[in-house]
Amino acid sequence: MPEIGLKTHVSHLKSRFMNRIKQKLQEDKKILSIYFSAGYPNLNDTVQIIQDLEKSDVDLIEIGLPFSDPLADGPTIQASSTAALKNGMNTALLFEQLEDIRKTVSIPLILMGYFNPVLQYGVEEFCAKCEEIGIDGIILPDLPLDVYQEEYEAIFKKHGLINVFLITPQTSDERIKAIDSASDGFIYMVSSASTTGAKQGFGNEQSDYFERIAHMNLNNPQIVGFGISNADTFEQATQKAKGAIIGSAFIKHLTENGVDGIGDFVKQIR
Amino acid sequence: MKSYHADERGYYGEFGGAYIPEMLYPNCEELRQNYIQIMQEPSFKEEFQQLLKDYVGRPTPLYFAKRLSEKYNTKIYLKREDLCHTGAHKVNNTIGQILMAKKLGKNRIIAETGAGQHGVATATVCALMGIECVVYMGEIDIARQAPNVARMKMLGAEVRPATSGSKTLKDATNEAIRDWINNPVDTHYIIGSVVGPHPYPDMVARFQSVISEEIKNQLQEKEGRENPDYVVACVGGGSNAAGAFYHYLDTPEVGIIAVEAAGKGIDSGESAATSALGKIGIIHGSKTLLMQTQDGQITEPYSISAGLDYPGVGPMHAHLYASGRGEFISITDDDAMNAGLELCKLEGIIPAIESSHALAIFEDRKFNPDDVVVVNLSGRGDKDLQNYIDYFKL
Repeated sequence: MPEIGLKTHVSHLKSRFMNRIKQKLQEDKKILSIYFSAGYPNLNDTVQIIQDLEKSDVDLIEIGLPFSDPLADGPTIQASSTAALKNGMNTALLFEQLEDIRKTVSIPLILMGYFNPVLQYGVEEFCAKCEEIGIDGIILPDLPLDVYQEEYEAIFKKHGLINVFLITPQTSDERIKAIDSASDGFIYMVSSASTTGAKQGFGNEQSDYFERIAHMNLNNPQIVGFGISNADTFEQATQKAKGAIIGSAFIKHLTENGVDGIGDFVKQIR
Repeated sequence: MKSYHADERGYYGEFGGAYIPEMLYPNCEELRQNYIQIMQEPSFKEEFQQLLKDYVGRPTPLYFAKRLSEKYNTKIYLKREDLCHTGAHKVNNTIGQILMAKKLGKNRIIAETGAGQHGVATATVCALMGIECVVYMGEIDIARQAPNVARMKMLGAEVRPATSGSKTLKDATNEAIRDWINNPVDTHYIIGSVVGPHPYPDMVARFQSVISEEIKNQLQEKEGRENPDYVVACVGGGSNAAGAFYHYLDTPEVGIIAVEAAGKGIDSGESAATSALGKIGIIHGSKTLLMQTQDGQITEPYSISAGLDYPGVGPMHAHLYASGRGEFISITDDDAMNAGLELCKLEGIIPAIESSHALAIFEDRKFNPDDVVVVNLSGRGDKDLQNYIDYFKL
């Protein structure tokens, strides 16, 4: 039965190569994830930034697909997104830039953006391209849970992509459980009711929230995003959670230094 | 029976829904679970009706435009929303939503505005209720709509400039949504049109549906029948149209005509004719037709009328277009301005430039002499005087 043998072989390859996020999550360490907007500060910085982040021992990278109307983002990411679009970034071009990325890096890669550009590219085509390139996961904050499950889950899974959902301090326990059972990787835990980069540091409200989620014993580990900018906030965020994401603070670093000193930036986080 | 109203998940055919980040989910969900029930509470209905009558000045007249009818050889009625307090239909919705906000225990109101009409209508009801009000307005719009900015300030609202993106209505909407994300507990967002995530399109349409409810009663009195042959309204986001069409959506013998702004011409690159130029996508939490690049970036529309230059259209209208239930006509700046001036001369009414688009269809779209055509005159032209002055060199 050579046909079955081939299928088994393919699915084996898939599981070996497509679960970089899951593999990483199994390591006994706190995850540091870094977000940046593709095409910023310069159009062709994308690959360089990814390579330098891997060299700096970052665990996970979220590559932002720029969007004209990023309504969950604060001023820093808005500005980087606008600049990236002005630089000429678009979905097709990003895929071109990432074409050979797996020849040089093995770090888990996630594409993060808004749903409309993905919808225009074609969800199936988008996912197929991600698989081809070696993208491991997708975060689309404005693709709702029910629509994902009804229309797109099968496509994401077919292409070995992990879809990451967000929860916030206002998300009910019931909904968190639903999101947990729909997740297959990690949960993006938004630290406070805010847009990105809006708040600095954590107060009692966050501690209570981190505590509450930790006690829920969810199946998926949680990685905290929003409000993490330095060693202190990284440490606080990862006391209970598996990891933390830095976005706006890294974008500010890129704005001030370009692609120089990425290693130094990461070193001051941990 | 096929219905052109929203289903319980907020879809009009394939359009609508709630494509929102999780940060907005609790707020939208709270609203979704409560809005219909609240609207049906006797105490809510009573207060809403009372305010529409005593404060807004409803019912607005349904006026038979005799000279206009003679000119175009058909029977044209004007639904006089221009006579509402604050000068346009917008206030029907803001009255409804401020009462909704009170029922939900919210003590802070945010809104977006383009030309400033919805901002003024929101600031007005916030003053009426003594509730804090923040209105987001694009930096560019603030510069070109100074009188409305002043009105909002006089009414006690804080006007915050939206400095992101193209610095106009869509960015003001983004900023209002961001504010709501950052203030998820005490704040209600009063959206100004039948756009945004479910339940907004349906809720706003219901508040505006008083327009077609009155048309039915008034037409019965004047023509001995509830149904016109056609009802005509301009569409930007589409709230006045949603109100004028509402009670006729599922009455196939009533023709529905939606009029969009062609700007300098559909193919000019400066247009706001979303049905002609848009593709299905997501804008401000709703799946609908919107103007965008091939890459899915939302583009900036253009119209001489600030109330029609929204890059999307409410999901109800997207469905009316896609299903063929609605007839969509686009009107250029020039034709709209001339139709506005014609109404001044023939009927002694200075219309808003938005409404002038609806009036401009009679030049090319012919009706039978005994057809009854109701045009929703959504607003008055006071706010547009400077535009009229500049255009006609008055």
